[in-house]
Amino acid sequence: MSLHPNEVHRRGRLAGILVATALAGLLAAFFRVQIVEHAQFALQSDDNRLNEVPLPAPRGMILDRNGQVIAENIPGYTVSILSPRRDSLRAELRRLASLVPMTDSQIDVLTRRYTPARPTVILPNATFEQVSVLEEERSRFPSLVIQATPRRRYPDGQAVAAIVGYTGEINEQELGTDAYRDYRPGQQIGRAGLERQYEAVLRGIDGSRFVEVDARGRVVRQAGARPDRLPVAGPDLRTTIDLDLQRFTASLFDSTMQGGAVAIDPVTGDVLALHSAPIYDPNDFVGRISRAKYQAYLDDPRKPLYHKALQGVYPPASTFKLATAVIALEAGIVGLGDRMAQPCRGGYLFGTRFFRCWEKDGHGSLTLAQAIEKSCDVYFYQLGLKLGLERFLEGGTRLGFRQPSGIDLPDEKAPGWPEAAAYFDRLYGRNGWTNAVTLNLAIGQGENDQTVLSMARFYTALATDGNAVRPSLVRRPAERMRLFDLTPEQMAGLRDALHGVVSTRGTAASAAIRGVEVAGKTGTGQNAQDRNRDHAWFVGFAPKEDPKIVVAVLIAFGDHGYVAARLATKMMERYLKTTVIQPLNVTGG
Amino acid sequence: MIRKTIADYPLVLIALLLTAFGIAVVYSAGQTDVPIAAIQAAWLRQLTWLGVALVAFLAASRFSVRFLEWVTVPAYVGVIVLLLLTLAFGSGAGTAASMNGWIGVGRFRIQPAELAKIAVALMLAKVLASYRVTPRSLIELIKPAVVVLVPWALVMAQPDLGTGLVFIGLFFSMLFWAGVPGPLLLLAASPIISLVLAGSTGLWAAWFLLLLAVVWWYKPYVVEGVALVIANVMMGVAAPILWEKLKPHQRERLLVFLDPSRDPQASGYQVAQSRIAIGSGGWTGKGYTEGSQKRLAFLPAQHTDFIFAVVGEELGFLGVAAALTLFLFLFLRVIRVATRASDSFASLVAFGLAGSWFVHVIINVGMTINLTPITGIPLPFFSYGGSFLLACWIAVGMLVRISSEGRGRAGELPLG
Repeated sequence: MSLHPNEVHRRGRLAGILVATALAGLLAAFFRVQIVEHAQFALQSDDNRLNEVPLPAPRGMILDRNGQVIAENIPGYTVSILSPRRDSLRAELRRLASLVPMTDSQIDVLTRRYTPARPTVILPNATFEQVSVLEEERSRFPSLVIQATPRRRYPDGQAVAAIVGYTGEINEQELGTDAYRDYRPGQQIGRAGLERQYEAVLRGIDGSRFVEVDARGRVVRQAGARPDRLPVAGPDLRTTIDLDLQRFTASLFDSTMQGGAVAIDPVTGDVLALHSAPIYDPNDFVGRISRAKYQAYLDDPRKPLYHKALQGVYPPASTFKLATAVIALEAGIVGLGDRMAQPCRGGYLFGTRFFRCWEKDGHGSLTLAQAIEKSCDVYFYQLGLKLGLERFLEGGTRLGFRQPSGIDLPDEKAPGWPEAAAYFDRLYGRNGWTNAVTLNLAIGQGENDQTVLSMARFYTALATDGNAVRPSLVRRPAERMRLFDLTPEQMAGLRDALHGVVSTRGTAASAAIRGVEVAGKTGTGQNAQDRNRDHAWFVGFAPKEDPKIVVAVLIAFGDHGYVAARLATKMMERYLKTTVIQPLNVTGG
Repeated sequence: MIRKTIADYPLVLIALLLTAFGIAVVYSAGQTDVPIAAIQAAWLRQLTWLGVALVAFLAASRFSVRFLEWVTVPAYVGVIVLLLLTLAFGSGAGTAASMNGWIGVGRFRIQPAELAKIAVALMLAKVLASYRVTPRSLIELIKPAVVVLVPWALVMAQPDLGTGLVFIGLFFSMLFWAGVPGPLLLLAASPIISLVLAGSTGLWAAWFLLLLAVVWWYKPYVVEGVALVIANVMMGVAAPILWEKLKPHQRERLLVFLDPSRDPQASGYQVAQSRIAIGSGGWTGKGYTEGSQKRLAFLPAQHTDFIFAVVGEELGFLGVAAALTLFLFLFLRVIRVATRASDSFASLVAFGLAGSWFVHVIINVGMTINLTPITGIPLPFFSYGGSFLLACWIAVGMLVRISSEGRGRAGELPLG
């Protein structure tokens, strides 16, 4: 075959043009990728190699009213791992299990928490020994990130647990919620108490460091093209707690006791001490609590994770007689010197039922003031009947016995008090109950569930001028709410009667303090769980004429109110005698 | 004698520049933050291979065109035998571990498919040159088609889709150079086009109507026309069945080509990372050996199939333009050699070799920015791999010889 030279040249030119056109087209495509879309690819290239290692901000310290430390930060270590993919994280963790014991389910959990281009936290709270071992084997695990990070510490441990709560690692459920939108796996969050209530303030602003990694997640260079963002520590949180009183209160509950106690300044609402016993050690939760330890807390029949002052509800027993008295006085159906139709002979016959007084021998004929001192049940049965159920229930609602105290702590349980008689219709059926419920309610038993805090709140109104104060752990202008209107003489009379309780005449005579006039009321509540072991209550204030402190104490299975009274008056004594009392400067806004 | 045979200095210079450029990039490809022993030393092995290749080049440049013609049939048969042996005893290697394209003799491993490209070019040239007049009908194209189909089937069985594509490109470029009219080329290629378009019924239907129009206008023999229509219909129907027969990774590659975001972590990963590397290069690149995508091992097969991504990342658009310009000079120079060759055989061989390189360049460079599917095809003179470098330089030797035997001498005429 042979072609004419012109034909060959024609084809040669055509071939040349085709080749040049194809290569020009290819070059144009490169122009588009390299020049037109350069910015986007440059960013992707940086995203590829730069991984963001979070630098946790130190949480704000939590201080007591005098600046003493309740929660602080100490140096700790966090061990995490960088992985380009979820499956490579799993493989790496399996390998690592030889140095850091991990079960398969733990590996599963960590794998689920994987976030691209961010380290997965393996040990949020590594010990120095663990870190030493890992550092030695570093060359085998180039994708490990070992960081010095601030670690939460509560120097007083259990003594402050009821106020501070605890911090712990954020979990998957929390990460999925709106409240924790800007949180990432591995971060520490406030889980209970002040740590949770003031999380937004305490957390500060986390920083980040960019490390350069290769395609397998190995850290190649510490410094990246992007500068580090330094963390900003959270501001300190100054609380109203008196740490000395707090420690003292916690020490009063021995290892066998269950219950709660709160001390409030009745004028400012400052919570001076708040305790629940038994309680957990918040240091156990820092980083990541071990499953065994957590299970032990859950299995403990005395429920250390359950806040008895904030969430525990108990019939307030005789401490509630003051509410009955206040409602009756306000309604004008009784005066402090008035006596009831029947004197106390150890009980009261209502219909066919005999309602006992705690004093089997009877108190005889008493005035209202004396009935409070002696805690005479028969007097209050009759006072309740005189008030009438509807008026009584309406009065109790007005006094705030259906309302939580409003303390700045999460998960406060609202107390229970029937709103109207219809409540009993719902509970027992329209004809299933009698006015006997009024007798029970009048002495603080029956369908009445109060918390230590709700009782303390009511007594802040008794201690002052009929205004209850909202308890608060952080300084702010006092929020006072009018509960009742009594004449100054009536207020003074009630205080005198309450003082009588803790004097030689009263039920808590053994709890008197030398040199301080204490006013308060004991309560011995029926226990639904164990008839022979009553709950012991005491709510009171001191000094009587110019109250500086309101204390409410509940001791579950405490048998008799004076047990609680002794404990409460010790708290008052400690506070009044060791503290140079000066009102805190309340700063507005 | 040597002075006379190595007369086409521009061609040799272009090939040397491309090879030097290539080895420099292979060296850079080995510069990773966490060293990979096999890739780090690749440039040294490539340099050694260049030594071998230059010896082969000198030897090839001394074989006269008549000797080449004489050796064509034995070479073709020998290559077929080698391909059969490869199919029986072959093994995978390096970045193409899933493909059994290598055979070893002791420590020495070669890829017969690379030599097959040259042998098939020779054989096709011999067959086409034997025609007295330019083929005007499909029946006349059956013989050259068989010459390509036999080795094509053998490499596709490895499976080596890339070399298969090169054979097809080689076949059509040589038919073009032999003077086969455009419409006939279209008709000959129609079953392949049908196969590709079978994925979309609408596109395939449109193509089929166009084909009928061309058949009506070109008026081939009736038998041919009927055979063509049947072949196209069969391809349209067969495509889905062939699709089923593809290996999952091959299927995935084609799907990823159509939609790279399909699976950015697996098959789409290579293309995505390659595009990121090239795109982040910008005008002048991140600097020689400094490409972060490559240094941090995000770039796959950076010393073989995706070597051009290193060029794009480290030397930028200007580096890409320089490399493509060198390739353009190479193709124009070889077309010039083909144009001035002393006879049809030599001319066809020269053009076939250029056609083969052209397919390599377009597919390899195109795939780094997802213009063409990933087929595991190397870039001539650049990609690490001894057999291919050797084959390329043998081809350069042959071209230099053809050039020296042709009309005119190097230096007498301007480049191109």
